[in-house]
Amino acid sequence: MKTQPPPIYGLMAEYTSADAVVAAATTAYEAGFRRMDAYSPYPVEGLAEAIGFTRNRLPTLVLIGGLAGAITAFTVMWFSSTIHYPINVGGRPHLSWPAFIPITFELTVLGAALTTVLGMLGLNGLPMPHHPVFNVPSFKLASRNRFFLCIQSDDPKFDTVTTRQFLEGLGEPKSVSVVETSAGGEATGLGH
Amino acid sequence: MASEHPEPQEANGHAILAPGHTYASVTDKISAIALTSPYRRSWIVGFVIAFALTMMLLTTITAVLVEGVGLFGIRRPVMWGFDIVNFVWWIGIGHAGTLISAVLLLFKQEWRTSINRFAEAMTLFAVACAGLYPLMHMGRPWYFYWLLPYPNTMSLWPQWRSPLVWDVFAVSTYATVSLLFWYVGLIPDLATFRDRAKNRYAKWIYGILAMGWRGSAIHWHRYRTAYMLLAGIATPLVVSVHTVVSLDFAAGVVPGWHTTVFPPYFVAGAIYSGFAMVLTLAIPLRVYYGLQDFITLKHLENMAKILLVTGLIVTYGYALEAFFAWYSSNTYEQFMMKNRATGPYWHTYALLILCNCTAVQVLWFKRARTCVPLLFVLSIIINIGMWLERYVIVVTSLARDFVPAAWNLYHGSFWDYTMYYGTIGLFFALLFIFIRVLPVISIAEMRELVAETRERHGGDEHGHAHPDEDDDELDLVASSG
Repeated sequence: MKTQPPPIYGLMAEYTSADAVVAAATTAYEAGFRRMDAYSPYPVEGLAEAIGFTRNRLPTLVLIGGLAGAITAFTVMWFSSTIHYPINVGGRPHLSWPAFIPITFELTVLGAALTTVLGMLGLNGLPMPHHPVFNVPSFKLASRNRFFLCIQSDDPKFDTVTTRQFLEGLGEPKSVSVVETSAGGEATGLGH
Repeated sequence: MASEHPEPQEANGHAILAPGHTYASVTDKISAIALTSPYRRSWIVGFVIAFALTMMLLTTITAVLVEGVGLFGIRRPVMWGFDIVNFVWWIGIGHAGTLISAVLLLFKQEWRTSINRFAEAMTLFAVACAGLYPLMHMGRPWYFYWLLPYPNTMSLWPQWRSPLVWDVFAVSTYATVSLLFWYVGLIPDLATFRDRAKNRYAKWIYGILAMGWRGSAIHWHRYRTAYMLLAGIATPLVVSVHTVVSLDFAAGVVPGWHTTVFPPYFVAGAIYSGFAMVLTLAIPLRVYYGLQDFITLKHLENMAKILLVTGLIVTYGYALEAFFAWYSSNTYEQFMMKNRATGPYWHTYALLILCNCTAVQVLWFKRARTCVPLLFVLSIIINIGMWLERYVIVVTSLARDFVPAAWNLYHGSFWDYTMYYGTIGLFFALLFIFIRVLPVISIAEMRELVAETRERHGGDEHGHAHPDEDDDELDLVASSG
């Protein structure tokens, strides 16, 4: 139990290949670190699993969004054509459901698509222009050709000295840097 | 750099990515187009022409709003005219973008990677152009919201059983989903632009649009799930949109419209015209911006194959129309077919067959599929052919339907043409701006492609990783190609 959080966000090791960062993340996880994240310029297969991320709730949300769209569409059409404004056209049924399918389908798609995008952003905590990792000068290469593994200071096993030594010995990182927490909004990725 | 690591087995230009590329080189090369390369003369001239045409479009819209739709050539009995022809044409063009980004993604067609971004942009801009037509055709576009179900003092609802109402939902959903798909694909690349832009304001704008994307593994994981889900959702959507568009016609009783073959034949036609437009855009783009490494001959050949397949489906559709007109023993259907082929609009039908059915047959030959100038010319021929198809369907069917006393010929008016060329101008103006401000090729996906290519060539991994280290400080300008 820490009484006072350390003044840094974590320690970050920089790698030049995807395999190296996956291996490093796997080793760090095996060594007992849990509060960590990896950063890569493209989605690396197995990297999220390596840092212990397994539960993805997005598909469930999308199912709910799609169903909500379908139910909304069908309910509105059912309500308007049978209750609110029924019109008898040559004795045809008010609830002519086959004709309601196209719009029900379109709104299912719309509901699911909106949930996919908003859900992905929401679960990821985006938009969030400020983040401590942007304080590391070389981090701008995370969107080009560098891979990073960051062990956060809120991990119970975190220790500024030993974790640094651990990272330095972890698959020959190009560098290991301290990630400062910043007050005052420097860390937007827009600075430097 | 591309020439430093030749890979003999793929050096014949039939790879989907030229050999020797690294994460850094694809990033630098693609981002340089928008961030650092100087304005080219061809870009400026092209943009000026497109912008002038856009102004013509605005003039047309103003004139029609002031005077009314009487300015268009629509007269009884042809009340649909150019507006609906162009609406269907533009929507169809848009479909290739969704097909490339969604369907080919689900089928794991790697070659889609370098063309999906601008094909999606093409979709968006085409849908924007398409949307203008029904709006203007309404006559009083400021009442467009009457199409939507909203609580109103008249207690009225849209007619849910009408394909025209379905179309409102289909097209607006399609526009929304296309925009979302495009934007989600752009987020990591916007982050790249944020990190690479030198201009302070550009950095801010890209930074805001990137929403703080930092490439976290957990974010990527959800991102990928979201992207695959969107692809899965967009695939039936794209089929439904043109199906509904075809039902606008097929649900009517007009001879030449009332056909069950319309939905599949419209969808195939949409893909056909869309891929033709992708080729029309991709061929100059890869030459002017030196993207031959990314949009290779393999891409062009694959698109040519899709053109051939969809062209044959469309031909089959025309054949079925003629067959069922004869087989139905229906006087009006039979007359419709005879009128199309030999009536006052016979030349549009003849040209349509020539453009859509005959010209595409050259693509049976590999030499034709890999001949870039020929593909470019053919793509334009097909664009014209697909426009004629909609013209034939809309105009020849309406001009001579059941009662000869009601017949009348239709010709587009001056304002019809200014509106048509105006939307072409708008489309290209938006594309020119897009090329200068956003990555025309998905950089993140190209990096993935680099990684996969390396894996496939096994031992190459380390050989390629080292150049990465050396070009850390590579100035952007140096790689602006």
